[in-house]
Amino acid sequence: MSTGKGNPILRASNITKTFGNNTILHGVSVELAKGEIKILIGSSGGGKSTLLQCINCLVVPDSGEIEVDGMVIDITKKKDLYRLRQQVGMIFQDFNLFDHLTAIDNITIALRKVKKISREQATQRARQELEQVGLGDKQHLYPAQLSGGQKQRVAIARALAMDPKILLLDEPTSALDPTLVGEVISVIKRLAAKGMTMIMATHQMSLISTLADEILFMENGRIVEQGTPSVLLAKGNKSRTRGFCDSLNDLVGEEG
Amino acid sequence: MPEPISVVIEAFPYLLQGTFLTAGIVGAAMALGLILGVFMAVGLVYGNKVVRFLITLYLWLFRGVPVVVLLFLFYFGLFNYFNINVSAFTAVTIVLGLTTGAYQANIFRGAMLSLPRGQFKAASGLGMTDLQAIKSIILPQILRISIPAWSNEYSIILKDSALAFVIGAPEIMARTQFVASRTYQHLSLYITAGIIYFVLTWAGVMALRKLEKHVRIPGYSANGNQ
Amino acid sequence: MELSPFYQELFTSLNRGVVMSVALIVPSAIGGVIIGILAGVIRTFGGRFVRAVGDGYAAVFRGTPLVVQLFVIYFGLPNLGIYLSPYVAAVTGFMLCSGAYQSEYVRGALLSIKSGQYLGAQALGFTTFQTIFWIVVPQAVRRAIHGCGNEIIYLIKYSSLAFIVTCIELTGEGKTIATEYFRFTEVFMVIGVYYLLLVTIAMMILKRIEKTLYVPGFGRS
Repeated sequence: MSTGKGNPILRASNITKTFGNNTILHGVSVELAKGEIKILIGSSGGGKSTLLQCINCLVVPDSGEIEVDGMVIDITKKKDLYRLRQQVGMIFQDFNLFDHLTAIDNITIALRKVKKISREQATQRARQELEQVGLGDKQHLYPAQLSGGQKQRVAIARALAMDPKILLLDEPTSALDPTLVGEVISVIKRLAAKGMTMIMATHQMSLISTLADEILFMENGRIVEQGTPSVLLAKGNKSRTRGFCDSLNDLVGEEG
Repeated sequence: MPEPISVVIEAFPYLLQGTFLTAGIVGAAMALGLILGVFMAVGLVYGNKVVRFLITLYLWLFRGVPVVVLLFLFYFGLFNYFNINVSAFTAVTIVLGLTTGAYQANIFRGAMLSLPRGQFKAASGLGMTDLQAIKSIILPQILRISIPAWSNEYSIILKDSALAFVIGAPEIMARTQFVASRTYQHLSLYITAGIIYFVLTWAGVMALRKLEKHVRIPGYSANGNQ
Repeated sequence: MELSPFYQELFTSLNRGVVMSVALIVPSAIGGVIIGILAGVIRTFGGRFVRAVGDGYAAVFRGTPLVVQLFVIYFGLPNLGIYLSPYVAAVTGFMLCSGAYQSEYVRGALLSIKSGQYLGAQALGFTTFQTIFWIVVPQAVRRAIHGCGNEIIYLIKYSSLAFIVTCIELTGEGKTIATEYFRFTEVFMVIGVYYLLLVTIAMMILKRIEKTLYVPGFGRS
């Protein structure tokens, strides 16, 4: 198992979340070591998205403990939540770029307002990040003028500019046109190669099989299976994960 | 019984009779505006340069001048000047009709522009004349789309009709003013008038909302305009 | 070229009147926008009770004619011992009425902001205040500006009702002259031109503002 590498940079333990009568998470625990990549899979409604949003408290858990880089978060304190979110970047399925700001301003506004960095420094940093994701020439375009793949790359640049210790990715390619998925996947792979710590919900087989240090299979608000891809996806393994991934492969196959 | 209330109770039937005139003004003005609006919208979308310019000028004039000013201009001014003898009711109806016509033209124009271009071509392709296409293909669609904006226009014209009293048409407001000046119960009487208008406004808006649902075509988007 | 005494007197009074009209319009527009923002925010985010109050306010002032509102304020309130000067009564009525309409545009603009915008900001560590100030307000302003601007144009036209509560502005001044000389056609045509100018100038300013605020893909709602 790959969880043995030193102290975890993220520890979320026993996260519970209930909406009304509907319990979405039943005491889920996740740990990430520095540089580790874990991938959440499972059919929709299984709690992947809620778990990710609980980790940076966009959805405040009912109970459980969150610890980032040795700092325990008091989820009842707003200050703690703001600090937590600055350290944990998040990529959404539908990008959530600020529609009234250009690509570069989407990045600088967070640097300037949240991190209180000067405009010049923020602009410089934002430019670097945009170039990293191959959008150096699109800095002054507005979200409406960008393709889905470009929007997602801006969103990734925006998150990275905040120097997060961990990146949460919530189905980053699901809202994209099939032809635009590739550009986002390659950006994510480059991040992985640089050693970014990530936890990602995705149905993209190419990401699951090549990036995951560990796969977490979620169902009904619980992690029902976890392990390395080489074990879970091995031929002859009757794991739920393998069955699920086969059905993903079939889908891709049908689509040609 | 306190006087403010007894006065209202006594005057209420008299005030309510004004509703007939108010309804007449609003109904006739909206109808006039509908006809004008449709013609001008067609002119704006399909007309040549001169037609478009003239209609645009008309819209600018009637959307830029206050209703009260138009009432004075027409009733005491133009109609007098040209020796046209009209009642205050007719004058109000004409002025409000001309005004709402300008706004309705814009509503219908917006609705027409929101229609897919293929509609007109398809009609022509079936051998319809331009007029037939507009009448039986374009109009039924834009009238449906326009109901929400039209209902807004109704509420504006209803409220504007309360200005008829400045030239002496005996509608709700004029009657209220008449009673108030004799009984000095201004507050309760004007609040009563307000309640009558309030009921008329929202009743009309609700009725049009019902109509909108009634004529809705499944799968046909009703938000082409605004 | 010398103007005839009639036209000299006409333009003197109308110019005096237009000053009064502007003195009515400007504070009413500002007050209306402020009330509209407050009421709009309350109607969107308020608790059940304040929201009901805000909705009720908007329904009443949008459901009744402005003349009736002015009459209640100017002629009605004295029945309760409250006496307002014509000017104050007119501005109060204009502000309250305009605010009700403005609140509709503000509410619509606030409702049109997608939840993802809030999420995106939160995920970056924005505080609630920062989210409102840097994300919600700039977007809402762009969505509301067209409607709010149009409402101010309506207000310019409806300022002509002030003379009914004896606050003598453009229309009131004109009416006095027209009655005196019995030349309604000329007088009210000239008044019409004054209003057309006011409205057209306001429209041009509004267009300018909309153009400066324009962001691609961020159209009117």
